[in-house]
This record gives sequence, structure tokens and C-alpha cells, in this order.
Amino acid sequence: MRVLKLIFKNALRHKLRTSLTILGMAIAVMAFGVLRTVVDMYYEGLEATAANRLITRQSVSFIFPLPYSYRDQIAKISGVEKVSFANWFGGTYKDKRNFFARMGADPETIFDVYPEYLISTKEYETFKQERNSCIVGSEIAKQYGFKIGDIIPLDGDIYPGKWEFVVRGIYKPRDKSTDATQMFFHWSAIDERMKAEMPRRAGNVGWYVIKIKDPAQAAAISEQVDALFKNSSNSTKTETERAFTQGFIAGFSSLLNAMNAISYIIIGIIMLVLGNTMIMSARERTCEYAVLKTLGFSGGHLFGLIFGESLFISVLGAGVGVLLTYPVVAGIEALVPKGFFPYFFITPSTLILAASAALIIGIAVSIFPIQRALRTKIVDGLRFAG
Amino acid sequence: MANTVIQVQGVSKSYWRDSFEVPVLNDISIEVNEGEFFGLMGPSGSGKTTLLNLIAGIDRPSKGNIVVGGVDIAKLNESALAKWRSQHVGFVFQFYNLLPVLTAFENVELPLLLTSLSKAERKKHVELALDVVGLADRTRHYPKQLSGGQEQRVAIARAIVTDPTLLVADEPTGDLDKHSAEEIMTLLERLNKEYKKTIVMVTHDPRAVEKATVVHHLDKGELS
Repeated sequence: MRVLKLIFKNALRHKLRTSLTILGMAIAVMAFGVLRTVVDMYYEGLEATAANRLITRQSVSFIFPLPYSYRDQIAKISGVEKVSFANWFGGTYKDKRNFFARMGADPETIFDVYPEYLISTKEYETFKQERNSCIVGSEIAKQYGFKIGDIIPLDGDIYPGKWEFVVRGIYKPRDKSTDATQMFFHWSAIDERMKAEMPRRAGNVGWYVIKIKDPAQAAAISEQVDALFKNSSNSTKTETERAFTQGFIAGFSSLLNAMNAISYIIIGIIMLVLGNTMIMSARERTCEYAVLKTLGFSGGHLFGLIFGESLFISVLGAGVGVLLTYPVVAGIEALVPKGFFPYFFITPSTLILAASAALIIGIAVSIFPIQRALRTKIVDGLRFAG
Repeated sequence: MANTVIQVQGVSKSYWRDSFEVPVLNDISIEVNEGEFFGLMGPSGSGKTTLLNLIAGIDRPSKGNIVVGGVDIAKLNESALAKWRSQHVGFVFQFYNLLPVLTAFENVELPLLLTSLSKAERKKHVELALDVVGLADRTRHYPKQLSGGQEQRVAIARAIVTDPTLLVADEPTGDLDKHSAEEIMTLLERLNKEYKKTIVMVTHDPRAVEKATVVHHLDKGELS
């Protein structure tokens, strides 16, 4: 018989209480994991940003367009390797719940500035040649069953009317953090209809994506771009893709802060749940600890017994919680349209945080019972009736 | 002439309850010889358990010296005292105090975990101790699966498994029926006579104390 066996037997002495504690911890860890995953996914977009990409938008707001004519002026700036552009299309695919990003883009350059979108040369060339074609991300192709040759009908809202695009390519993500939930079609398809139906809105793009040669020149090039259009009616704001994404996330800061706070409150709840169990257990065993001390067991032995039991329960609870997190996150991912959370996976940092929290909690909640067991005199402990 | 195993010299003990000092033992001096079955009788609150605790090294005197086996235990620090207890004292409690999650075998094995014995050696010692108390066939039973008398016999096996210098028993029959109490006292008498164990027993049961070879009475903290 070893001390480990005694720890194990002590932990399972009250099977129902221990099971409920482990279950409580597991649910809390799972809730923590899911919340952290949601928070992480907002920030995961930052990981997908490239240091050599700048975004130029209208200086007042992202929703105001910029003239198409800016493209050539930007391209002339030293250090600029490629200029591309896109328009947010919006619209609805069959049902409003079928959300994914739909954009009119420059077919000649869009996949040059986003090399993380992997597409076969054949599909890309076909896409370039057919004005009514589109390329979709593999995630939405999988979700909606899009295949090459399928026609995707869209009901326009920003750009009213019925629209149809033929799928000519499916791009795959290069990395786990690459967004594979977008649909790209020819910007000219929008522009030509605007010329015919709403000429006032023709010749506009939503934003420019600038690929630069040297990321160290990002600030200087951004200044040059904005200086070009400083006195125009459509002045620009150029920033790195990361800064642009950060600004976008800032709009959700209150929600993210609240979720962050809740996730840490959950840690506190776990601590109370386990702490309560450990204090009850140690109190019930006051007499047993006194007997062990009588037999010659040292304070170190008692420390090991109580600490080990606390750690055993917390690690088991955290383990079950982490295991539960995977199917729950997978369930949420399946329920929520891909477009809402392009990246939805449990990050290693979430696992490390959950494991660390369990470890810290295991240590923290054992302090009081250990202190009590060590301080109680043998004669007082032997008299303890529980 | 028998060796003196326990020397209690001028021992007094008081407890503090809030700001009040409560005297329990007053200037006690006794000697217990090797191989003696020393019975200590007295009414509740007379201080007999306190004196037993002092002799066993689980409490410290307010005044005086206690020498057991040549060691002045009042001068040992906590860890040295714990080590001394594990090597020299076997304890038998009124309420057995077995760990409920451990089998009879595992309970008896507990004190041996503090020794350097191998697993096989520990097994041999445990089986021998359980055989001595007549429970060789109950090794895998948990305390709740045993009768009170059997539990106390397991406790006695745990007390003797390290072959200690001294056995201390605090009201060993206090929680038992008459028949079981007789069995336990017969076992203690056997340990004293056959195995030459020095036993210090506290009781207020006149039948139990009949087995003792030396009997002292304690009343209001003083020997009478």
C-alpha cells in the first residue's frame, strides 16, 4: 500500500460528493473553455493578418466607398508591390441565417495579395475569365454543399436585385487561422450593374488591400497613401491589416471584456466548489489525521495526503472538463453559421489556461485544510467528534 | 531486578480554557518496569488519559520530566517525538480509530510505511500481527465489515506490528460489550505474559483492571 493509494481511497470515500465536485468542476472548466474559445476566436483574426498588407479605407468610416481611380495612384508609390480592392456585397443566400462574407473583388490581384488562400491555377484562371463566376472558401463549400459549376443565387440588399454566380473555384486555407468562409466574385459585375441602374454608385470600391515589399516601411507607405488623398472629398485612412482588424474587434470590446470577466468568475466558482469539498473532507478526518500523527506520520505526510487529494480531484475535474469542451465547441461550431466565426477551435492557450487554473485551484484550496490539520494538536484531534 | 521503562517525575499538566488555567495533573511521579501491565484507574476527568498521553508522547507536560526507555521525551522536538512514537509506542484507542477506507491488512500496515521494510517484509509482519490477534482470515475486511471486538483486535495488531517498547491503551474495552471486552483483555494479558510487552492501560472498568499486574488510582489529578 502506498500513500498514493490512500489519497485515491480518500478521494473516493464519499463517491457521490466527489463525483458531484468533479462534475461541477468539469462543467465550470468546460464553460471556461467555451468562453475562452469564443473570445480567442475574435482575436484569432489578428493571427491571420500579414505584416506586409495594408488596408486603405475611407477616413470617416469603413462603410463609405473610395474611388476606383485611387488604385493606380497607390500602385505608383515606392515600396508598393501590388494593389487589390474589394467591396462588401452583403445580400442573402436563400435565408438570412446563411451568413458568410460575400465580396466583389479584383479577380486579377485578390489571390496575389492573399497567398494564404490556396487555389489551383486552373480554377483561378477560369475564374478570371468568366465575369459571372465566383470562388468560395472550402468551409462554406462544405457547409452548403457548393461544387464547381453550381450557381449561387443571391438577393442583394446593398446592391439590390437578383444576382447569380457560378462556382468556378474552391480555395483552401493555408493555416488553421486562415478564413475559408468567404465568397469572391468579380467587382466589375457589381460595377457594371451600378453603371446601368445607379450610375451615382459606379466606380467605387470598398477598400484597398496593399501588398508592400518591406513590412518595416508600413508606417511610411501608409502616410504616403493618406497624403495623396488628404485634400480630396474621399480622404483615406491607411493602416496595417493588424491595426485595421484590431479596430474592428474594438467594436466588440465590451462584450469581450464581459466574457473575459465571466470566464474568470467561473474560475472563482470552481475554487469555491472544490474548496468546500476539501474543507468538509479535512474537517471530517480531523480525528484520522490525529491518529496518523500519533502513529508517527509527519506534517509532510499529512500535507501530501491533503494536497494530493485536492490535486487529484481538481486535475480529474479539469480533465473531464477539457474533454467535454471539445464536443461542446464542435456542437457550437456546427450550429453557428461559418461566417460568424470563421475560426472556431480550442487553442493551446485555452488548454494551458484551464490546466493551470486547475493546478492553481488544487494548490490554493488545499492550503486551509493543510494548515488546520497541521495546527490541530493530537489530543484535540483525537477528541474531535466531527 | 526489572528495568524501569517509564519514569514520570514531578509531572504537572494544566490546560488553558480562554483565560482560565485548568489544572489536570498535579506533581505526579510513577515508575513502570519492563514487562509490567500497568493499570491506571480513576473516574472521568481524573486526568488518567492526560497522563497516558504524556507517557505516550502525544502531549507535553507543563512541568516535570518523563523518561521512557531512557529518553526524556519532553525535550524532543515535534519531528523527533513523532519518530520516537513510531518506533517505541503502540496505541490502542477506545474507539479503535481505524481508517475506514483501508482494509484490516492496510490499517495494520500503516505504521510500517514509516519504516525501511520492503513490501514483502511488511506483509510478513502484518500477517504475523493479525495472526497473533486471531484475525488472519480477516485481512481484506474493511472496518465496517468487522464487529467492535474485531476492530479493536485489528487496532491491537496495528499497535504491536512494529514491536514497540511500550503499548498504551486508553479505555480499550470502553466501547465493547462484556464478551468482546473479555476477549480484548485476555489478548492484552497474553501480549503481556507471552510476548513480554510493557502495557500501560487506562480504564475505569474494574473487570478490565483485574488483568493488570500493577494498579494505580488517580483522582482529581493526584495519585491516591
